Amino acid sequence: MKPGRFDATVLTIGFAFLYIPILILVIYSFNASKLVTVWGGFSTQWYQQMWHNEALMDAAWVTIRVAVLSASIGTVLGTLAALALVRFVRIPARMLFSAMIYAPLVMPEVITGLSLLLLFVAVGVDRGFWTVVIAHTTFTMCYVAIVVQSRLVTFDRSLEEAALDLGCPPVKTFFAITLPLIMPAVVAGWMLAFTLSLDDLVIASFTTGPGATTLPIKIYSQVRLGVTPEINAACTLLIGIVTIGVIIASVATKRREYQRQRDEHLATTAA
Amino acid sequence: MSQASATSPGKARWLVVAVPYVWLILFFLMPFVIIVKISLSDTAISMPPYTPVFQGFSTLRDFISQLDFDNYLFLTEDPLYSEAYLSSLRVAVVSTLLLLLVGYPMALCMARANHGIRPTLVMLVILPFWTSFLIRVYAWIGILKPEGLLTLLLQSLHLYGPDEQVQIFRTQTAVYIGIVYSYLPFMVLPLYSALEKLDGTLLEAANDLGCPPWKAFWKITFPLSLPGVIAGSMICFIPITGEFVIPDLLGGAQTLMIGKTLWTEFFGNRDWPLASAVAVILLIVLVIPIVIFQNQQRKAEGGKA
Repeated sequence: MKPGRFDATVLTIGFAFLYIPILILVIYSFNASKLVTVWGGFSTQWYQQMWHNEALMDAAWVTIRVAVLSASIGTVLGTLAALALVRFVRIPARMLFSAMIYAPLVMPEVITGLSLLLLFVAVGVDRGFWTVVIAHTTFTMCYVAIVVQSRLVTFDRSLEEAALDLGCPPVKTFFAITLPLIMPAVVAGWMLAFTLSLDDLVIASFTTGPGATTLPIKIYSQVRLGVTPEINAACTLLIGIVTIGVIIASVATKRREYQRQRDEHLATTAA
Repeated sequence: MSQASATSPGKARWLVVAVPYVWLILFFLMPFVIIVKISLSDTAISMPPYTPVFQGFSTLRDFISQLDFDNYLFLTEDPLYSEAYLSSLRVAVVSTLLLLLVGYPMALCMARANHGIRPTLVMLVILPFWTSFLIRVYAWIGILKPEGLLTLLLQSLHLYGPDEQVQIFRTQTAVYIGIVYSYLPFMVLPLYSALEKLDGTLLEAANDLGCPPWKAFWKITFPLSLPGVIAGSMICFIPITGEFVIPDLLGGAQTLMIGKTLWTEFFGNRDWPLASAVAVILLIVLVIPIVIFQNQQRKAEGGKA
């Protein structure tokens, strides 16, 4: 084995590459100067300006509502899909089903966006808030399905089988035993779905309509005109929301994991 | 498996499969049928801006007689489109190789790190992924602009004169930087999960038998990490081919990519049928990599179960 010096250098460079651009963005959102490259001292004026920018705040509100709704529907659908994939062998046209789960993960967004838009036009639905929710649900559910699926394949089924043997109905067994045990994965899936929806520009651009401008669409239209500290502030706010969410989720997952281990331990010792 | 199937009541079981299945057929499969249909129709200046090929379910012969391959013919006649497809594929191939070049050493070092810090390292790779794609690309504009931070850094290090500026923004180089930066987590994670599973005793044995480390890498580590290499490459290659945001924000006039072309046809020229035809051909181009990706995923699923 080579000395750890080399490995540490590679990792440091790699992580610096990943984090420095984001750090710079956050730092410059507190810049008093309007020029992006000149440091004019610490200031929160861009946050105040952003707060009073009604169009930006409206877009933020739309984005959060879309993200919560589509992540929640997507988590329910994705969890069902994962259960179907792992637990049920006899799915009609199983190949088609799993292909439809995996394909959206890599499908270029321009194709997904355009095809969904054409569907909405073909059936004569007015585009707006709900069409974005449907579009986001469709691609986020596949990510949730993958996350939950990976938990289900390593799942110890003895508790479930015990419940079923003792006469617990399958649906009740699912809610009383299976769901609590896979909950960390379901929560992680929801978080992933929420951020994917929060971030999406391309699919939202195709499927949105009047009155449903999301934050990425708003940011994109302003970025094209140039870099402004106000956009830095909006971006930092988004990063902040996501970071806090990730921290809460990972703490919650850790606690649940701990609880699960304790419960499983209790269950095995009791048995 | 058989036990659950035997004890599950038909109805609930049926719903578990049917609900996501129907949703995906409605909102994933159906749109592709429609996109093919519209790519075969004429452009019209109306709302929606195309003439439907068939309304309702008329007879099949009627339908076929009305099919119109003009959009596809147009795509083959104008060299702009074939160039855009080729250049997208070129960018995707080069980017994927660059990503392997950057991602592989990172994944390898992560897999060789102490067990204790591995989860932290994985978390550090995943975290930027939680940050908006758009924001991460935007961050690079401020760095790469001629009067941006990179110029400032090079000038303060006296590597550049006060009048010299970095000419990267709005070039192909900027597009590559943006792509490698944005897709790096997607490459590192599959590589890491393949390398982590590697049996360390194999390398020890090679070492004991006098095999030099670099040879051991080529004979043992790399071949065993191939599933990760393929998975990571496909996860990056396919979306990069259709990438829109990065070439649009960081690329220049000479950056020709099909995702951008599609976007312009749709939002700029409002030519929906042509945009659909562009999308259908892009999909055909990507069918092989998508099938490889699917098989890889299914294998991984089967392997774990």
